Amino acid sequence: MGTRGIRIEKLSKRFGEGDTAVLALKNVNMQVAPGEVVGLIGPSGSGKSTLLKCLGAVIDPTSGRMTLDDTVIYDDGWKVRDLRALRRDKIGFVFQAPYLIPFLDATDNVALLPMLAGVPNEDARRRALELLTALDVQHRARAMPSQLSGGEQQRVAIARGLVNRPPVILADEPTAPLDSERAMAVVRILNDMARRFETAIIVVTHDEKIIPTFRRIYHIRDGVTHEEAGEGRDFERPLHAVAAS
Amino acid sequence: MISLAGRDILHAWGKFIFTGVGLGLLIGVTLTMAGVYRGMVDDGKVLLDNSGADLWVVQKDTLGPYAESSSVPDDLWRSVRAMPGVSQAVNITYLTMQVRRGTEDVRAMVVGITAGEPGAPGWPPHLVGGRQITRGHYEAVADLATGFRIGDVLSIRRNRYTVVGLTRRMVSSSGDPMIFVPLKDAQEAQFLKDNDAILMQRRRTTANPAFNRPGAPDLLDAVIASQTGNSYVNAILVRIRPGFTSQEVAEPIRRWKRLTVYDRAQMEGILIGKLIATSARQIGMFLVILAVVSAAIVAFIIYTLTMDKIREIAVLKLIGTRNRTIAAMILQQSIVLGVIGFVVGKIAATFAAPMFPKYVLLVPIDSIRGFLAVLGICTLASVVAIRMALKVDPAEAIG
Ligand SMILES: Nc1ncnc2c1ncn2[C@@H]1O[C@H](COP(=O)(O)OP(=O)(O)OP(=O)(O)O)[C@@H](O)[C@H]1O
Ligand SMILES: [Mg+2]
Repeated sequence: MGTRGIRIEKLSKRFGEGDTAVLALKNVNMQVAPGEVVGLIGPSGSGKSTLLKCLGAVIDPTSGRMTLDDTVIYDDGWKVRDLRALRRDKIGFVFQAPYLIPFLDATDNVALLPMLAGVPNEDARRRALELLTALDVQHRARAMPSQLSGGEQQRVAIARGLVNRPPVILADEPTAPLDSERAMAVVRILNDMARRFETAIIVVTHDEKIIPTFRRIYHIRDGVTHEEAGEGRDFERPLHAVAAS
Repeated sequence: MISLAGRDILHAWGKFIFTGVGLGLLIGVTLTMAGVYRGMVDDGKVLLDNSGADLWVVQKDTLGPYAESSSVPDDLWRSVRAMPGVSQAVNITYLTMQVRRGTEDVRAMVVGITAGEPGAPGWPPHLVGGRQITRGHYEAVADLATGFRIGDVLSIRRNRYTVVGLTRRMVSSSGDPMIFVPLKDAQEAQFLKDNDAILMQRRRTTANPAFNRPGAPDLLDAVIASQTGNSYVNAILVRIRPGFTSQEVAEPIRRWKRLTVYDRAQMEGILIGKLIATSARQIGMFLVILAVVSAAIVAFIIYTLTMDKIREIAVLKLIGTRNRTIAAMILQQSIVLGVIGFVVGKIAATFAAPMFPKYVLLVPIDSIRGFLAVLGICTLASVVAIRMALKVDPAEAIG
């Protein structure tokens, strides 16, 4: 049975062994269709980042099954040999902190991903600049990460997560350091990506401003998820449209 | 694809230049060390070249005249000259000593040359100033490195000599500059006894009834004259006639004159294989130590630079960078560091070489070898850092 988008079945993750073991995820089930943006919310320490890291092949789950874009990637063990290639080709990751490469300027931090996938430098930079423009940081395109504000760094990191137009985007509190106008721009871009490129997107957030925009929300508490409908409220008109290409 | 190594270097250029210069000074010392060895070999070759000899005739069973002392009678040259294939045979003396220059003294090799024409074996082949020795006594030709200038007066033992000509790079095998003086003067300097010693010996001889016979007063005078006179030289330099091999000429001299004869190749073997062999090994040891130290330092620097980038490397892995790309980045940085170091070292060695008291000869082949060694060391050094980088867990980056 083909499952485009994301499908998580009975996923568990335990940190450590014996008395000190932490069961961060307990039989989590979750499904995100292509073109859908779902919210993942829950208190601090509830396992949100852990879930995204498992899905993003950054850490190993303990058991369960994960399917990404028609491929079973994990079934009580990794089913894909080259996890790094999986991350590069299938998953756009926006981490809780920006983690930019300090010796590359904003544009090249974003353009590096398509370059690694073999896109010529100029094309990669053009794509990077389009996204930076859509995220309203084009004026800092040549600045080094150390010269950027926290919010600017975060927007560069978001651009990096989206630039390869992966089938899956995992965003961990992408709007935390942003003002409401720019947070809305991020939401808009994510929805735009989802619609245009059939991307399945999970957004972890505490951000009251953006929670009402999700049509579907997963709540997580002590490693257990349950689903509920969101408000799916519309957001204002775009700051800048994502340049079509 | 952009060069990650290049971008990182541009970003942290100060760190790279600083460590590159430090490494460069170390490489400079290594290159200079090699130059010191080359200079020693060259000093030996220059000595042999400048002597203008094809054969060296020395005291039997000695490695004279440069590596061991040797003395042969100073009238032997006539019969050597009469041997088949000999075109020229001349006496020569060599004596390394302190020569007074004003209030201080310089170490020099005093060479006694026979009266004759310029171009004879033993004579300085060309002068950079002044003229050759024309008088039989108290004139000298000195090498520029002694510090003497034309017209200066120098003292050797009791005698004073006027400098009439100057040479360049006329040195002994240990790099001491040469001073040429007439043979008679040099013999006197080498074998001269001081006045007290002469008086003592004269008294002893006079007291010996075997020499001081009442019936034969001339005998004592003859004995004393033969004791005071000096009739030895250190070697005879031989030039052979065209058409003869050194072997053909040397063999009869060895057999009939009961002397030891060396040709050019044997002499080179003695100078380089024996005279400077210990120094060469000494320098070799230094080179090995310096190479090991340099390698350790490069490895340490590269390791530290990589440690500083653990986070970035983890992020690179996280976004899907291949191991190959990460390894190339570290290797390239290591090599850039080596190249900076080599350039700095080469420049430092080139500027430092003339300041050394002895001749330092920087030959291109040593530079090329040094460069290849630096590249090799940098590659090896980066292996450690690369292995560590490849072990970094991307999850660590995002804690
Ligand atoms: N590497 C780890 N080793 C041990 N325990 C861990 C590790 N990472 C996370 N945990 C634990 O797993 C649980 C879930 O952590 P997680 O980071 O997923 O929380 P979160 O929901 O993202 O919280 P926040 O909103 O604060 O980011 C926590 O109890 C945390 O302490
Ligand atoms: Mg978290």
